[in-house]
Amino acid sequence: MVQYTHLDTSFSALSDPVRRGVLEQLGDDDASITELADKFHMTLTGMKKHVSVLERAGLLVTRKVGRVRTCGLGERRLEEEAAWIDWYRRLWDARFAALDTLVAELKEKEKLDGREPTRE
Amino acid sequence: MDASQRVNNRTTTERTSDRELVVTRTFDAPARLVFDAWTKPELFMRWWAPKSMGVPLLSCEMDVRTGGKYRLEFGHDASNSSQFFGRYLEVVPGSRLVWTNDEGEQGAVTTVTFEERDGKTLLVFHELYPSKEALDEAFIGMDEVMPEQFAQLDELLRRIAGNAKSQAGR
Repeated sequence: MVQYTHLDTSFSALSDPVRRGVLEQLGDDDASITELADKFHMTLTGMKKHVSVLERAGLLVTRKVGRVRTCGLGERRLEEEAAWIDWYRRLWDARFAALDTLVAELKEKEKLDGREPTRE
Repeated sequence: MDASQRVNNRTTTERTSDRELVVTRTFDAPARLVFDAWTKPELFMRWWAPKSMGVPLLSCEMDVRTGGKYRLEFGHDASNSSQFFGRYLEVVPGSRLVWTNDEGEQGAVTTVTFEERDGKTLLVFHELYPSKEALDEAFIGMDEVMPEQFAQLDELLRRIAGNAKSQAGR
């Protein structure tokens, strides 16, 4: 569903325990990809993949200083965003369900009123 | 299945940019009726604050014309209510409404369009905030209006966060 693509990206980014671990680690301090690879006992290539998934979801940002690429937490706050969108969608769903009922009633009323002159 | 049958009544909500929110929905009625439901206080009050929202709409005043004002009052009683107000920047009967939200300094401009096709109406509700911060702030404000919904949501999010943490195995 188009409207949730953004959120889906975040959720799938978080579906992997290593990626969640990386975010938690970065919550303490920034780290280079090499440091993260060491910490999680992974190859550099493997860690690069995880980092790019998190980066695409906006959960992580990287900066290149000299030859070292440093990772930090992204600005996107997933929980907040999820909460907003979910709340907002539920609010409008409920409103529009009520509006549907009302509009159906108005339509019906109009039909009846329209018939009135030819009733007898 | 032809195109008209594929039109469904699904609500879509999307943050289309840092400053914009868009909600769309199709209604099985002509645009003038849907427009009435947005512009006649006695009708508007029947759907704008559904029960699940948790806070009833106490009163609603609307002077629906360009430059006219509106005022909504939410709450369980008049002594403890929240007011929402602003004025209409544009009113095109049956097709377009634009209003300001003046209760805060960084209020959005809301545009609602009603587009009729084959007796059905596509409604687009669009909010444009002056800045990203203003939109973020607006959501925080909603927290106060809908405490119960947020409490449920908070709990859900805590569970998700807790899961993530325990699985990360630190």
